[in-house]
Amino acid sequence: MATRGFTGKRRGDSPAGRVPPGQYVTDDFPVLSAGPTPRTSLDRWSFSLLAPDGGELLRRSWSELLALPASEVVVDIHCVTKWSKLGTRWKGVSFDALMDAAGVEVPAPYVMAMCDGGYTTNLPVADLRSGKGMIAYQYDGAPLAPEHGGPARLLVPHLYFWKSAKWVRALRFMASDEPGFWEANGYHIYGDPWKEQRYDGD
Amino acid sequence: MVETPRAKSVMLRVPGWPGHLPGQHVDVRLTADDGYQAQRSYSIASPPAGPGEGSDHIVLTIERIDDGEVSPFLTDELRAGDQIELRGPIGGYFTWTGAAGRPLQLLAGGSGIVPLMAMLRTRARAAAPSPARLLYSSRTWATTIYRDELAQLAASDRSLSVVHALTRATPPEWTGQSRRVDAPMLRALAFPPDQAPELFVCGPTPFVESVATLLVDWGHAAPAIKTERFGPTGGPPQEESDGPNG
Repeated sequence: MATRGFTGKRRGDSPAGRVPPGQYVTDDFPVLSAGPTPRTSLDRWSFSLLAPDGGELLRRSWSELLALPASEVVVDIHCVTKWSKLGTRWKGVSFDALMDAAGVEVPAPYVMAMCDGGYTTNLPVADLRSGKGMIAYQYDGAPLAPEHGGPARLLVPHLYFWKSAKWVRALRFMASDEPGFWEANGYHIYGDPWKEQRYDGD
Repeated sequence: MVETPRAKSVMLRVPGWPGHLPGQHVDVRLTADDGYQAQRSYSIASPPAGPGEGSDHIVLTIERIDDGEVSPFLTDELRAGDQIELRGPIGGYFTWTGAAGRPLQLLAGGSGIVPLMAMLRTRARAAAPSPARLLYSSRTWATTIYRDELAQLAASDRSLSVVHALTRATPPEWTGQSRRVDAPMLRALAFPPDQAPELFVCGPTPFVESVATLLVDWGHAAPAIKTERFGPTGGPPQEESDGPNG
């Protein structure tokens, strides 16, 4: 159904096949968060992998995280609020490298990302493995700014960006897929931008 | 209807509208003849329908972004009788019901007033609501949205206070604030932490970042501060961005 009088403007900036449905490309880097930006000092910061019962499978301080094998990626990111940003550059520690460092098998098929400020989001482990997910601490060659999730955020660019949880402090493995913050507030449990899975029931 | 030189309210009839909570938004989708589509989100400005009222109308207040793709269409082109696609209501986080009975502190920057206005319009129907305060930052009086209605609400309700902070220019004999929101202004005008208010902050990202940080530094609990940041989909044009406070 065409909207009378609408012609649109942005046709040139969406390379074919690169921008998911309903998205537009921005050069900006908008900030959308539920609540104030948390600020945790690095000497008190740590990151953990937690078993379903809460037991620690891995714990690293800030300097220890930076000493783990790092990866650099250049990826497109897609926010559920319709903007996409192409070719963003990140550096961090992949989920695979964290599991190597932990030296254990994945104990359960899902994780809940747990973050300063109380934010949570849920993902299947399958969406973190094989380079699909990392704990990112640099964006565009510089330390990640607090309003963008610094000191470190989860980065899972193939899903809507609310899954790339800012201020991440732990990934807790879970036996079943429990909804995190936005998932319990009307957003889709999985969030594939290519299937436009924005909201619950899409 | 025209609200300011840059903002316009549009009433849409939505058959089967399921109702909404103040603070929620809709996604509007426009389709060109060749199938090209653009979607953007807009906060609902109208309160939910009251008992016995028809509930198939909603009002959106749209600020025109000059190089925007959707807002100029909605403010300049849309005519009575046109049909557009929309989806909603969306959002389960940035909503207010008043059920908690706590004081309500609203902090708006520019077009961030829209969802907060839906809250105030809803609150105006309550018999004995908890006290509420709005601190509303705009560039100028001419670009302050809903200013007459806000004055009427405050004049007719002693439990509501509305203070405007103009950051660029003030009219003659201005008695409001005339600078950006800062810590002394909050301490003078906003509910303090020990009154445990519900706080809603909405507007362009630099405004929300600054105000939310000031509130946390003052002692408000972070979970009590709900934020909605408008990025390029809803904030002021980039070239007019004033940047963060202080």
